[in-house]
Parts: sequence; C-alpha cells; structure tokens
Amino acid sequence: MLEISNLACSRGDHLLFSELSFTLAAGELLQVEGVNGSGKTSLLRTLCGFMMPAAGEIRWRNQNIRELDEAYYAEMIYLGHLNAIKDELNAVENLRINAGLAGCAVEEKKIIAALRRMGLRGRETLPVKVLSQGQRRRVALARLLFSNAPLWILDEPLTALDVSAVGLMQELIGEHLAHQGMVIYTTHQPLEVAGITTRRLSLS
Amino acid sequence: MNRLSLFGLLGLVIRRDLILAMRRRADVLTTLIFFVMVVSLFPLGVGPEPDMLRKMAAGVVWVAALLASMLSLGRMFSADYLDGTLEQMMLVPQSLSMLVLGKIVAHWMVSGLPLVLMAPVLGLQFDMSAQALWILIAGLLLGTPILSMVGAVGAALTLGLRGGGVLVSLLVLPLCIPVLIFGTGAVDAAITGMSVASHLLLLSALLLLALVFTPWVTAQALRISME
Repeated sequence: MLEISNLACSRGDHLLFSELSFTLAAGELLQVEGVNGSGKTSLLRTLCGFMMPAAGEIRWRNQNIRELDEAYYAEMIYLGHLNAIKDELNAVENLRINAGLAGCAVEEKKIIAALRRMGLRGRETLPVKVLSQGQRRRVALARLLFSNAPLWILDEPLTALDVSAVGLMQELIGEHLAHQGMVIYTTHQPLEVAGITTRRLSLS
Repeated sequence: MNRLSLFGLLGLVIRRDLILAMRRRADVLTTLIFFVMVVSLFPLGVGPEPDMLRKMAAGVVWVAALLASMLSLGRMFSADYLDGTLEQMMLVPQSLSMLVLGKIVAHWMVSGLPLVLMAPVLGLQFDMSAQALWILIAGLLLGTPILSMVGAVGAALTLGLRGGGVLVSLLVLPLCIPVLIFGTGAVDAAITGMSVASHLLLLSALLLLALVFTPWVTAQALRISME
C-alpha cells in the first residue's frame, strides 16, 4: 500500500538520511527508531507531504502522494508533537472540529463515547485549558477512534501518557491493525501489541 | 460516517473561528478601539474647522481602517500554527484554498465588519453628509474584505518568523494602496457631485480578483511556511 523508495531527506544542508526504502502492507506495524536528531520526525513529516523529499518517491496504492494529494490525505491521519487542540474550546468541540477538518461530520454521541473510552468521563465539556498535559494528549488521541483512515502516522503518541493510557493505545493500535489498518510510529517507550510483530526501521 | 462537502468545510471553519474570537473577545476589541481612537484623534489634532474636517474625513477613516486591519493580521494563522492545528489543516482531504477562504471570511467578520459598522458614527464626528456616509460605507464594505484577503497572503508568508508583525505590514500596505485610492476617491466624487460608480465598480473588480486568487496563493504560501 505504502511504498517508499530511495528516499532522502535533508534539513538545510544537513542530510538526515538517504537511500531509505521500505513498504508497508495492510495490517502491519512499523516503528521508526533512532537517536535524537536522526530524522524520525522529518521522515514522518515527509510522509505527510509537509516536507519535500530531497530525493526518492513515496507511493500510496501505486501512485505518488504528490499526485494523489487530497485523495491521499483522506486515507491518512497524522498526530504530531503538537496536540492541535484549542484551549478555549472544550473536548467535544475540539474533536468535532478535528473530525470536520479530517473530512467527516461526527455525531456528538460518538464523540462523547470516544472521550469516555479515552478515560475522560466527566471532562467532556470542560475547557481544554483546565485539563492536564496527559488529558490533553488523550483528547488528541481520541481522534483516532472515529477516523476511518487506514494509515496512521503517529509521532511520539505516548508522550505525557500514564500507564493505563499506554495500555489503551496498545489496544487501539491492535484493533486498527486487525481491521487491515497500518501504523507508523516513533516512540522512546516500549509499545508492544499482542499478536503482532513490530517491524523496526532504524535511522542512523 | 458522513463526508463533509466543500461548503460544509467552509461553514465549519467560519463557525470555528467565530467561536474562538468570541471566547477571546479582547483581540476583537483591540482592533475596533484602535480604529475609533485613531479616527477620533484627528479632529483633536488638526483643530475643529468643519470645512477641513469634511474634506479629510474619508481619508482619515480609510487610513485608520487600513492600519487597524494590519493590527489583526498577525493573529490570522499564528495561533493555529503554534498549537499544531495548521498541520491538521494542511491535511484536509478537501481543498486547502477553501479552508483558507473560510479563515479569511471569519477574519473579516471579526476585524473588518465592525469597522464598517462603526464608520458612520465616526463620520458624524467629521460632519460628513448623509450621502457621503453611505458611499463611505459602501466603499468600506467592498474594500475591507480585500484588505483581509491580501493580508492573508502576507500573514501566511511571514508565518513563524520573528518580528513577522512588522514585516507583514511592510509587505501588505503597499498592495492596499489601490483600495485606499478608490475608497477615498468614491467619497470625494460623491461630495463634488460626480459619479461614484466608477470607483465602486473598480473596488468590486479588485474584490473579485482578490477572491479568485488570494485563497489559492495563501494556501501555497502556507505550504511553504510549514516546511
């Protein structure tokens, strides 16, 4: 589904990595590893089309993502370092807008169910600015629950999460993979999904 | 799950930005108060002769509107840029230009429309005639959206730069000169009894031109800024 061939990526004059090739098929889990500054985030941002690769090609369903453009964006979801939630809005409003930007209108019932599953019962209508860092991350992650995009690109999804939330993430990723989804992620914490072998890609 | 249409996206973005503006009312009020203050300072500064005030009224209101609209440009994309919402906006499966248009419309409703509504009250301070006031409002109604649209291009280009606020004014102000000329020209024509149609039609033409090109240009500028 996702094919990367001879990808090179640079920041300014500094070449982060080159000759990177891999493919990701339905139901596969890929962890991008590497020391700080090895280009993990840059790789993920290149896969999202934010950055132009210095060389090489990224293909989705046998077509270059530059040509697919919006058709590709409809099939992927990206969660970066930043949560993309607004302090002034409450969790439900935030998620409704996020789902709208991702191209779908979601009912309030579904949003509340997603928030409850993320362990935010009773916090649904509080302004996000009164939530803790971990709770905000949970709000951001709740987007994954009502997205039907097959490709998840997660940059450090476990930052600020406690042990129970990490367990929940493993569960979510497991379900997504069972539905023929694909996940690419970076993390410095162990994240193992039962019954799935994690493929590892090491940047150096 | 329902797919959102292009106009659904437009409505969503406008509604979102208006809700955010309502929850951060101070930002909206600063623009408006700045506008009122600048316009009100002129009669105090240049003295109260009605003839002179009448003559310079349109120019003062227009220049103040131009400066006030610069004030709010920096906020157009920066909050979304800082909290990562802009990244998600880049990934909309519909058109990014449409989303940008939504943000521009919301920005105008928050920072341009209040100026238009306030202008007649300020015009009275300058002893403007009723006819001149109507032309002033018509001109501002056509002109302030252009300021928001051209400003959006500047705001997108200077996104994430330090001192971007000053730079965006330097970029955008020269581009707004035609709007200023036609806007004040229309009021002058009305006062001297000439036809105002040509000025207002030229403003409308500029508005249409900006409507067609600036959302797309802004979208491209945002993509460059995100790299």
